[in-house]
Amino acid sequence: MKFVMMRCCTTPIVLPEYEWSTNAVMEKLGIELIDVAELGCCGYPLRNISFRAHILASARNLALTEKENLDLLTVCNCCYGTLRYVDNLMKNDASIRKEVNTTLEKEGLRYEGDIQAKHILQVLYDDVGIETIRDMIVKPFDGLRIATHYGCRILRPSKVAQFDKPHFPTKFDELVEVTGAQSIEWPKKLECCGSPLWGINNELSLDLTEHKLKGAKESGADYLCVACSYCQIQFDRVQRILLIERGPGLKLPSVLYPQLLGLSLGIDGETLGLRMNKVSITDIEFFLYHRAATEA
Amino acid sequence: MFFTVSLYISLAIFGLGLLYKVSTWFRYTVGVEARDVPPAQRVLAFARGLTLTLFSPRILSLLKVFVLDVLLQVKVQQQDFLKWAMHMCIYYGFLLLLLMHGLDKIVSSALFSNYYPTVNPFLFLRNLFGILIIVGISIAIYRRFILRVARLRTSPMDVYAIAILAVIMISGFLLESTKITSYTKFQEMVEEYTIQANEEELRTLEAYWVAKYGVVSPEVNGPFDAETLEAGQEAHEMSCVECHSRPQWGFAGYTLSRITKPAAVLLDRANIHTILWYLHFLACFLGLAYLPFSKMFHIFTTPLSLMANAVMEKGKSDPANIATRQLLELDACMNCGTCSMQCRVGVVFEAIHNVNILPSEKIPSIKALVAGKELSANEIRIIQEGLFLCTNCYRCTVVCPAGINLQELWFNVRQNLSERGQPEFYILSPLSVYRGIVGEPSYEPDYPDPIELAIETVYPDGVPLKMLDRTLPLIPSDDGLTSKLFTSLQAKTFSYCFRCVTCTNACPVVRNYSNPSEAVGLLPHQIMHAAGMGLWDLIFSSRMLWDCLGCYQCQEHCPQDVQIVDVFYKFKNMAIERAREKLLNEKTGD
Repeated sequence: MKFVMMRCCTTPIVLPEYEWSTNAVMEKLGIELIDVAELGCCGYPLRNISFRAHILASARNLALTEKENLDLLTVCNCCYGTLRYVDNLMKNDASIRKEVNTTLEKEGLRYEGDIQAKHILQVLYDDVGIETIRDMIVKPFDGLRIATHYGCRILRPSKVAQFDKPHFPTKFDELVEVTGAQSIEWPKKLECCGSPLWGINNELSLDLTEHKLKGAKESGADYLCVACSYCQIQFDRVQRILLIERGPGLKLPSVLYPQLLGLSLGIDGETLGLRMNKVSITDIEFFLYHRAATEA
Repeated sequence: MFFTVSLYISLAIFGLGLLYKVSTWFRYTVGVEARDVPPAQRVLAFARGLTLTLFSPRILSLLKVFVLDVLLQVKVQQQDFLKWAMHMCIYYGFLLLLLMHGLDKIVSSALFSNYYPTVNPFLFLRNLFGILIIVGISIAIYRRFILRVARLRTSPMDVYAIAILAVIMISGFLLESTKITSYTKFQEMVEEYTIQANEEELRTLEAYWVAKYGVVSPEVNGPFDAETLEAGQEAHEMSCVECHSRPQWGFAGYTLSRITKPAAVLLDRANIHTILWYLHFLACFLGLAYLPFSKMFHIFTTPLSLMANAVMEKGKSDPANIATRQLLELDACMNCGTCSMQCRVGVVFEAIHNVNILPSEKIPSIKALVAGKELSANEIRIIQEGLFLCTNCYRCTVVCPAGINLQELWFNVRQNLSERGQPEFYILSPLSVYRGIVGEPSYEPDYPDPIELAIETVYPDGVPLKMLDRTLPLIPSDDGLTSKLFTSLQAKTFSYCFRCVTCTNACPVVRNYSNPSEAVGLLPHQIMHAAGMGLWDLIFSSRMLWDCLGCYQCQEHCPQDVQIVDVFYKFKNMAIERAREKLLNEKTGD
């Protein structure tokens, strides 16, 4: 299996551990990731101001991927939602397709609609499969309670996302549980993390994050688990600011799914960038060794 | 005499220009941190920083960067081999030509006792270096004008640089070629350098030179018999050979001389080689005088920028020195366009034709701002838009072959711009997440918060509609906005709304507040109703639009499949369009 890797604008600088852990897990699973250096921003942040600029940005990425004859793998929900929305437009609306292609042709690109944009969870669940992953788990977790956070755009709008049932999703929970962790029920599970408003209305953004953390903590979670760049930035970097402003009692560290899966696949914590998280998650390794110790 | 005078004049202009440019590095600032530090103090801080660096292990970093990035330009080679090859040809070709040929009286004569421009290896090398430059210029022209790389923009500065170089090189080669064929020149040299030669010997010498050295004589022409040539060779070896290798070694000039051979006598009579000589050195002096103001200034500034950035870091270095470095960086940019070609939102330029979106074009705008140039409100808004339409991905900074810390430049200029009080709409987007992460820059208390300023500019009355006790006419004015919605890709489902309140109940922002109407004004369902009733002022005055997360809960729950979030995006787009138009119309009185 081969994919073109969509690298989010924010990840290389602010969240390098997401790239490291994804690379490590994909390698372990035998999935090849191709880097296309010309890929650009997916256009999501631009939609508030210019609809056309956002379409052009996404379509260009789709065209570059189509050139490689592969599908596009993204690790960010916002990228996923935007790429799929624009992909639908390009596939179904001939006048948009014509207009965009006229612009793209200036740099020798065209998009005919022959590829798909996929999210990492989608690839793991649909293309690799739970059973294949289960067979590769060498160090399952024991007694680890995870509050699984889907994020918004991988579920909604369901017509675009087409990943899981929008109101009662299960796929990410299953992926978490295959590592041996328990994916608990918790209120506000399907709510937004608050990231889209960070930098615009910080108080409101922190309110939403606070609700999520409280809900997860009160339900007995040890960690949050996410599979989106912006969500992790919110639950990691911004949580640090939240804890300083509103009190350390709210603390609940967040682990990226490739980090969680990687540990249970036997990849070491250094490779997965465990030390890079701003709200420390290095203690999560204790949940691995627990079983190893009792079996000794 | 004329030569010396013009040399000194151009040197003087060069020197003054250099002084002026360097002074700007200590007098101007970007950003707010070192704004109040007087220039004298900045010079002292620079001296201190330089001394501390040179006498510390960091000098090794300087050396490493000098070798890898200044001499070998490894970064450029990794990105684009053709560009690297082009630059290497021009760079080393010109450097070596300048040292060996231009400064021959200072450099070559001092190093080599047998130096003479027409003797090998100098004759060959001069042509080699010259051809290297021609190859480099050709690749440059090919890249900029024929290859048409996306978002590689060519400014007048680029054209002047190529033009001056081309004139110097072409005049140089033509000069060499016309001197080879010149009979007048031959006669001058004979008078000056032949010792005790009689008529016969001079005749054979001339024959030898016409046969072997490319001179075109109006009197004699080949073929010559062996005796004459042998005698000529003897005379040649006595008087000429010490300074004259065979001209074929000057392959470029020699080839040109064969092409111009048919017209050589005419050209000689018109004294063409003297004219070319003047053209050649005047072009060089023009280049020299103009250098501090041209793209070629990067010869000095770019190595400095590369080395400075190797040892400086925000938070560790003196803010005064960072400010100085940033002004240096503005001069270190040579408009290579690498940043623009790699920019992750570069393609947006094709939709929003604001050249300031491209990183390389932000630099001239920043220079204008920093120099205190008079700019209209609209011009400031255009520059500002380009500066804020950026995902802060750092890619431009990572790829810059001049080592400029572009990201820091952008951050600092944004501070300056925010203080000018022009609203910026790109701040009302998730592009602001980075602002949130790195922390708010410190604003002077008199300046408005940029977020509030932008939102207030969007509201038709400058205030949000929070109080629901305003009286509005029941028959709204028909400004054609509602009909726009029916054809809008994003908003056409707005008419399916049948006035339930599901969206508001599903919205996490609404549910965050105990009194939502007080916090966000019009609630989502109320905005949809307002659209149905054509009450556009209500919609554009709503705070909720800017507090919308885009989480799609409303859209997912809507029983009528109204694409609520997409409709809201359309409302936001329309609100900003209107705000922009209003700003433009307001200022036409300027």
